[in-house]
Amino acid sequence: MKLLFALFAGLVFGVGIAVSGMMDPAKVLNFFDLAGTWDPSLAFVMGGALMVTYTGYRLVWRRPAPLFADRFQVPTTTTIDRRLIGGAALFGIGWGIAGFCPGAAIPALGTGRWEVVLFLAAVAVGFGLRRILDARLNPQTTG
Amino acid sequence: MMETVFSPVASFGGGLAIGLGAVLLMLGLGRILGATGILSGMIFPERTDEFTWRAAMVLGMVLAPGLIFVVTGARPEITVPVSPLMIVVGGVIVGLGASLGSGCTSGHGVCGLSRLSLRSAVAVPVFMATAAVTVFLIRHVIGG
Repeated sequence: MKLLFALFAGLVFGVGIAVSGMMDPAKVLNFFDLAGTWDPSLAFVMGGALMVTYTGYRLVWRRPAPLFADRFQVPTTTTIDRRLIGGAALFGIGWGIAGFCPGAAIPALGTGRWEVVLFLAAVAVGFGLRRILDARLNPQTTG
Repeated sequence: MMETVFSPVASFGGGLAIGLGAVLLMLGLGRILGATGILSGMIFPERTDEFTWRAAMVLGMVLAPGLIFVVTGARPEITVPVSPLMIVVGGVIVGLGASLGSGCTSGHGVCGLSRLSLRSAVAVPVFMATAAVTVFLIRHVIGG
């Protein structure tokens, strides 16, 4: 039941990504191309998503626990460090180069385009690189 | 470079569904819908139960374009105006950066901002700005 629920949440999210235009690199890159063929559509995606999530989270958190888990697991870190800022800066650069972000590329896999497979394989390499870097710099930490 | 059609209604509607997906995951499993965490937790799982819900979620996401095709009869199309080399370069940087910065558009953008997370409030303007600068450099300085 828990897995079916996760699948359903993924399906709803994926339909949203596909309908919104987030899945289309041409649209994403145009959103960032203020000096060229600018397409502001994706601001509406963020607006709609934030309205529902902001309100919905607060309604859900009135419950003592989620339906299929014993507690809500929300990040508690508040540290603003070089890792956060540098990581976000790098992520934006990669997003601007490829036109895909992870949340858009997963549903885009369903279109069967080989470019999406290539992108996600490269993302996995990036995840692996981060783990190697962390293991080198700080052998105690894992994950 | 190519024009894309301004689509405020579809984009806003899609955004509502994206938000609903995030709320459903919080309601059911109590987890943040961050594509980076879900994907990396699936590729490098620490425990079996950490793998399965993420795999189910990813499966749902991948099935979405197919569902749209079944319901509407129209196949969702995408245009990739980027060379394979740039997809690989961008992808590796996306994976490294999102993993270092603990999130991407979904985790920091949608879920983090909705939680009023300070870290996300810093991360989102940073990645939006570097993405815009990158597109400007590629399209109008290097490619211009």
